[in-house]
Amino acid sequence: MPDSQPAIQLDHVCRHYTMGESAIRAVDDVSLSIQTGDFLALLGSSGSGKSTLLNLMAGLDRPTSGAIHANGKNLSELSSLDLARYRRNTVGMIFQSFNLLPRMTLEENVELPLRLSEVDRSERTSRVREALEHVHLEKRIGHRPSELSGGEQQRAAIARALVNRPKILFADEPTGNLDSATGEVILTLLREIQDNMGMTIVMVTHERPLAERFATRLASMADGKLMSTNGLSSTQEKGTRP
Amino acid sequence: MKFGDMTELAVRNLREAVLRNSLTTLGVAVGVASLVAMLSLGVGLQQLATNRLNRSGLFDSVFVSSRVNFRGPGRRPAASADEKPPRALDEDARSQIARLPNVIEVYPQIRFFTEIRFDGKPFATMVAGMPESSKASGAFDGMQGRFFSGASADEAILQSEFAKELSPQPSSLIGKDLILRYAEREAIPPAANGGSSRSAPGGFSIVPREKHLQIIGVVDTEPAAGFGGYGNGRLLIPLKVAESLRAAQVNDLRDILSDSSSSKPTYASLTARTKSPDDVEAVESSIKKMGFGAFSLLDASKSLRIFFSVFDLLLGIFGSLALAVATLGIINTLVMAILERRREIGVLKALGAADSDVKQLFFVEAGVMGLFGGVLGVAFGWLIGRALTFGTNIYLQRRDLPAVQVTAVPWWLVLGAIAFAVLVSLIAGLYPASRAARLNPVDALRYE
Repeated sequence: MPDSQPAIQLDHVCRHYTMGESAIRAVDDVSLSIQTGDFLALLGSSGSGKSTLLNLMAGLDRPTSGAIHANGKNLSELSSLDLARYRRNTVGMIFQSFNLLPRMTLEENVELPLRLSEVDRSERTSRVREALEHVHLEKRIGHRPSELSGGEQQRAAIARALVNRPKILFADEPTGNLDSATGEVILTLLREIQDNMGMTIVMVTHERPLAERFATRLASMADGKLMSTNGLSSTQEKGTRP
Repeated sequence: MKFGDMTELAVRNLREAVLRNSLTTLGVAVGVASLVAMLSLGVGLQQLATNRLNRSGLFDSVFVSSRVNFRGPGRRPAASADEKPPRALDEDARSQIARLPNVIEVYPQIRFFTEIRFDGKPFATMVAGMPESSKASGAFDGMQGRFFSGASADEAILQSEFAKELSPQPSSLIGKDLILRYAEREAIPPAANGGSSRSAPGGFSIVPREKHLQIIGVVDTEPAAGFGGYGNGRLLIPLKVAESLRAAQVNDLRDILSDSSSSKPTYASLTARTKSPDDVEAVESSIKKMGFGAFSLLDASKSLRIFFSVFDLLLGIFGSLALAVATLGIINTLVMAILERRREIGVLKALGAADSDVKQLFFVEAGVMGLFGGVLGVAFGWLIGRALTFGTNIYLQRRDLPAVQVTAVPWWLVLGAIAFAVLVSLIAGLYPASRAARLNPVDALRYE
């Protein structure tokens, strides 16, 4: 259930670029409130600014103007080091192209955030195993990403995103590189995580039907602006979920 | 990130591009090897020169004379305030100097001109007494025959030029006997001198004597036994034997003419040997305070050290050139690595790596290459040094010269070279590391 304080609060957030002599308003005056426990799907066509907005919320980029409050902090005011800590401890992130490091085994990939957080070596093994069990990949622990299917790689990426026990999970087109059946498996897993762990999930996608089936809220963007947000009723959710 | 994790990741990254990183490390190794080889040559030559000079007895010796008589070039004529009035250089003085700290032996210079008989023929020559310690001076290293069997052995070593006068085949002389004819001082008791109160020392008479000596060796040159000698000795006998002869020397006449208050025989000069050249300065000043003239070659040894410091510096600069080239190799390798691992850097940043983590990761990679390169380079440098020594010794052997060690790799050079390699690598890693740290994660993640 949503808390009184939103997990993420965006107030008039803008992100402008200059490309040559022209200014690009990738995100243009977006205000949005995402409650704790929400599974928000950010929809929009290519170039609509949804990924840029996700990067801003994930602390990978800074807004040109406006404020982003997450976990009680204004991200625009954080130092570079504090922003890195926010990415490390508060959020987890998965990508369309999985972004597992190809030279490392699954175990080592999932262990990376724990290394960055300076978690004791003795504790790491059990937490990595736990995260991989969560995504049903414990038997592939010693494999390299190239030895796994796309769906397995995305599950491993989810395990890596969850291993530091974040509060918010950001997913940038998590099904973009997967066939529809595997995409559904991944979204089912995300939905389980949201339900079981009460995690806030923000997912960028351009596949509206999938978003409508799995997300609890939809927000659509076009030309950097937020066009609409609407919550989906719980009956509709239950009826459409596989 | 913890340092252990950082190092583990860095080594893993280096292993991924094993060929490129090995070549870069090899570049560092070659640079360090050239530096180590150059410096080991400098150090080796310095050690060789210093050892030879130390063993010559010039740099660890203080040459003592009675100040009344000693007027060396450039000496201050006036004694400083803390110096005692001039004293006679007699037996008491000798034992007093021998008791000074860090003095290992004090011996007189005994040299006298005399005649020997060999094979029934007379030969005029200079006889010199050799202290036991002169065996270690290096001058006897390539000798034919052997050194004296004991401090009081009736044995003689011939200087080779003199030996050639005795026989065209000097080596055939070894084992043969010769007769040393010399003038012995015989002190005249004061009573026998008519009881004159003014002639207290008594004076002496000269008595001709003979002594049989066995030739046991032939040596090329006489070891430098100090200053104040009267020409090189050509017939060398043990110092104790020389002392026991009480042969008349040049200073005897001076003693008898001077109004000395001591009735004991005096020495023209004494040589005090110290434990090491470092002790010379203190011993020299102590002896001066006792009222004697003292002189050492300390300044010459200092000049030698200055020369070798400059020599080492120049060798070091030349040796470092290869390391400077290797530095460019490290920069190139790491900049290439940034391009290749751009996406990986983006992932690390997305997972929460701070700019400093990324910077340190590249730094550690540079440092690891430097460390391996340094260790390998020291090993190479050592091998080059061994090869130089080996080659030099083949050359020396062909010219019938004794083998020498022209290079030396002391511990400070090993550790210093490795530390220097790591330091230089870290400096080389500065630019790539900060460039990697500055990468925008969004751009880096978009990179294919």
